[in-house]
Amino acid sequence: MTTTTDAGSRRIGAPEPSGRKPAKRSTDRAQAERRLGIKLAAPAAILMLAVTAFPILYAIWLSLQRYDLRNPDDKGFVGLSNYLLVLGDGTWWTAVGSTTLITVVSVFLELVIGLAFALVMHRAIFGRRTVRTAILVPYGIITVISAFAFAFAVAPDTGFLPGSVDPLSSTGGSFATIILTEVWKTTPFMSLLLLAGLATVPEELQEAAKVDGATAWQRLWKITLPNMKGAIMVALLFRALDAFRIFDTVYVQTAGALNTQTISGLGYNALVSRVNLGLGSAISILLFLMIIAIAFVFVKLFKTNLGTVKGGD
Amino acid sequence: MSSITMRGITKRYADGTEAVSNVDMDIADGEFVILVGPSGCGKSTLLRMIVGLEDISEGEMKIGDEVVNDRAPKDRDLAMVFQNYALYPHLSVRENMAFPLRLAKVPDAEVTSRVEEAAKVLELTENLDRKPANLSGGQRQRVAMGRAIVRDPKAFLFDEPLSNLDANLRVQMRTEIARIQKKYGTTTVYVTHDQTEAMTLADRVAVLRKGVVQQVDSPRNLYNSPANLFVAGFIGSPSMNLVPGRLSGSRLELPFGTMDLPDEVAQRLAGGSGGAQAGERQVIVGIRPEHFEDASLVGDTSHGMTFTNRVDSIEWLGSELYAYLPYTGAEAIAQQLGQLAGDLDMEQSSGDESQLVTRLDAASRVEEGKQAELWLDARRIHLFDPETGEALARPPVV
Amino acid sequence: MTATTLGAEQVGAGGGRNLEAGGPRKPRGNRATEPGRSLGWKLGVVAIVAYAMFPVLWILSLSLKSDATIADGKLIPREITGQNYRDIFTSGEFVRPLINSIGISLITTLIAVVIAAFAAYAIARLDFPGKGLLLSGALAIAMFPPVSIIGPLFDMWRVTGLYDTWPGLILPYLTFALPLAIWTLAAFFREIPFDLEQAAQVDGATPYQAFRKVILPLALPGVFTSAIIVFIFCWNDFLFSISLTSTQNARTVPAATAFFTASSNFVNPTGQIAAAAIVVTVPIIIMVLVFQRRIVAGLTAGAVKG
Repeated sequence: MTTTTDAGSRRIGAPEPSGRKPAKRSTDRAQAERRLGIKLAAPAAILMLAVTAFPILYAIWLSLQRYDLRNPDDKGFVGLSNYLLVLGDGTWWTAVGSTTLITVVSVFLELVIGLAFALVMHRAIFGRRTVRTAILVPYGIITVISAFAFAFAVAPDTGFLPGSVDPLSSTGGSFATIILTEVWKTTPFMSLLLLAGLATVPEELQEAAKVDGATAWQRLWKITLPNMKGAIMVALLFRALDAFRIFDTVYVQTAGALNTQTISGLGYNALVSRVNLGLGSAISILLFLMIIAIAFVFVKLFKTNLGTVKGGD
Repeated sequence: MSSITMRGITKRYADGTEAVSNVDMDIADGEFVILVGPSGCGKSTLLRMIVGLEDISEGEMKIGDEVVNDRAPKDRDLAMVFQNYALYPHLSVRENMAFPLRLAKVPDAEVTSRVEEAAKVLELTENLDRKPANLSGGQRQRVAMGRAIVRDPKAFLFDEPLSNLDANLRVQMRTEIARIQKKYGTTTVYVTHDQTEAMTLADRVAVLRKGVVQQVDSPRNLYNSPANLFVAGFIGSPSMNLVPGRLSGSRLELPFGTMDLPDEVAQRLAGGSGGAQAGERQVIVGIRPEHFEDASLVGDTSHGMTFTNRVDSIEWLGSELYAYLPYTGAEAIAQQLGQLAGDLDMEQSSGDESQLVTRLDAASRVEEGKQAELWLDARRIHLFDPETGEALARPPVV
Repeated sequence: MTATTLGAEQVGAGGGRNLEAGGPRKPRGNRATEPGRSLGWKLGVVAIVAYAMFPVLWILSLSLKSDATIADGKLIPREITGQNYRDIFTSGEFVRPLINSIGISLITTLIAVVIAAFAAYAIARLDFPGKGLLLSGALAIAMFPPVSIIGPLFDMWRVTGLYDTWPGLILPYLTFALPLAIWTLAAFFREIPFDLEQAAQVDGATPYQAFRKVILPLALPGVFTSAIIVFIFCWNDFLFSISLTSTQNARTVPAATAFFTASSNFVNPTGQIAAAAIVVTVPIIIMVLVFQRRIVAGLTAGAVKG
């Protein structure tokens, strides 16, 4: 039963088709797979398009209109004048300033505290599970509730601060309270991301550095942090984008008083309180553009690799 | 149980590359066939076409008398053991093995008896209620085999089943697979890149290179009579020595000596595919390491060539001794050898000095760095056409 | 709007395992024998727990205090009263929003997870055109400022009658919940070895049987985790709720509590807000406590390459 198949070219030197798997195949199976993939993904894609992409385009259109629901008949195309109105107004720049202040300070504090928490969670043996559970409590609490909790905690009547100190009656105190609330609520998320990053730094590196004579502090700065730079940048990007659209806490604690109004709050006031859809849409489109700019800065300038987020395939 | 017949089986991708080209193979009922070759040779793709996990671009695949090209895997009644076992982590060992039977709506009582019988054969009885995560590598391997056995399928298909086990366990499971295949007598197609597995397990071995079947033969024939350079280089460990030779009549000139071909070889050459050719011609000569010997230990040196060469290094293994001999002149066939090394995922020797690997009797007293007198058995040499790589004179099967 | 889940790669459910196991795999002798060090880490643990729990305890304390003692500034109430809880459950200002919150969040979660499961399965398993676009589109939406679509939605909902209705909130929630669910689920689905599906097919299963008997049981924990994360997202929303509702008809708890304050000038509503806060927080905290590991895995799914 000895058979030798005569299978075409057996020349050693002759070029032959390689066995690698190319990305594109045209077999029935691949086509069926493609069809199934599109079918399965379609509902999600259509829904997201319908409730996001369409409203965004509609918002752009609205922002170019004079459209105030208190005066609905006086409606018409006004070009960029809504934008010029917004950009020429001091309240807009105040809102940009306060939003930036809140974002920068709270994200910075979150990074520092979050890193400390991540290190504790990474190293702690005692109470490991407890601490990882506790840290999820702020995440699970409704933002509005946490805003109330901090407002009550610092209020002269229901709070624990001595005497008649009322932080929410001054600009500085208001910002401090808002930032404190934001930091409390979102640091856990930051620290979990950083913890995931820490887990990817090989323990051998630490041991090698120890043998090389590095102190704990040096190991943190020279070994741990550089090796989890990707995780840090991703966490910063996500938190910065999230913080920049802050609304709930400010609404509850100060309602935008004392120059604490944020861009989202400004947009909300114009759109919902004053039902000026044209002006409000211009504000929200400007916010949208700023968010894109922040993301762009992170991705391009800081080389934040979203591939670590999005996945390589 | 069934035979498997392949006619012109081809796997072609959209960009025109072929993972498997025009394979014809007849696997008899109950036969154990192993597909072997370096990585990327298309052996796994071929296996997956048999089981139905890959489409067949061209050709006809028959299981028994039925053409199965367009049948879904579930309708082919084949059982497969995956490289990573693919055990269902949420099911117990018992339910893993019962899974195909449950899908086939086999009555409960029969499921139980078949699972328990298979568990007994595989020595898994005590682990039936555990989850796969709690099993050792070897036990997982057994469960995967159990899942195949309980079905009594038309054929077993194995995709590198032992590659995730450590060396000791691999040897143990290899005998286990052989025992089970004998016990059930089920047609088996088995993919591996490990030639030891191929040689020890198979009734017949199919060697693939770049999607093309090079030779289908019994392990013994494959070793003793390789059809071409690729098979010669792939089968055997350490590999066959491939050295340039110049043939004029029955006189063969090697880099380290010249000899007259024995009559039997010359006759084979005359009747072989190359035909007797007048004048000189370049050939590639294949010599297995064990066909060298320390000349002082050979009684009758008449049917071979005795030569003297320097010994670079030796490895004494107790039962045998490997001596490495440097020689020059391999650049004549460097291109062919480079190509072959690439195909075999091997490193190519660099520089103009090549090395001859010889396996000598452990009693040999050759010494490192000294000249030694060696003998090579001329009856056992292989000759290949340097252009096509085809064997010119295939030695008889011993 | 907090806690946007970050996409997915191979970490997925394994991210959780990494987190659990990523720390000191082997007991580290030198650490255990250095009392100073060990004490430091213990203090750190205590500090984190205190950090996380203090505002919750404070609000719990407020909710249990009577009007007379609410301003005493003490963490432990001198006397415990259930009056605030009785008040919120009888006033009607809270019960209806609570029902709205539960109903809207549950419906959104259900729809989002089912639709996202299809999409995530396709992303994790199948090769189809537009896959990358879908993933990056979803990521972009997750980063989107919700206020940007408030205006158009407000205008459209007014015209279509969706304003101040459940669907009027469910629809915008879905857009933000879907990316969240798709990313998390895709990460979990990638964890399931593809071979298992093929093994099931070879074992005689139809594609549907392979999905139901093999893939679904394995995907269930991931699906469940995504559901929790999506639910928390909906439960947390404030902006859409105050913008797209005007009455108790569809207003959810966060919006209702905010209006609580504004409307009751004569009685200090602090105790009632605190009680409402505890009522809406406790179920979430229990959920978080029970599914701690899974949520951590889900939140960090794919944020960092394992």
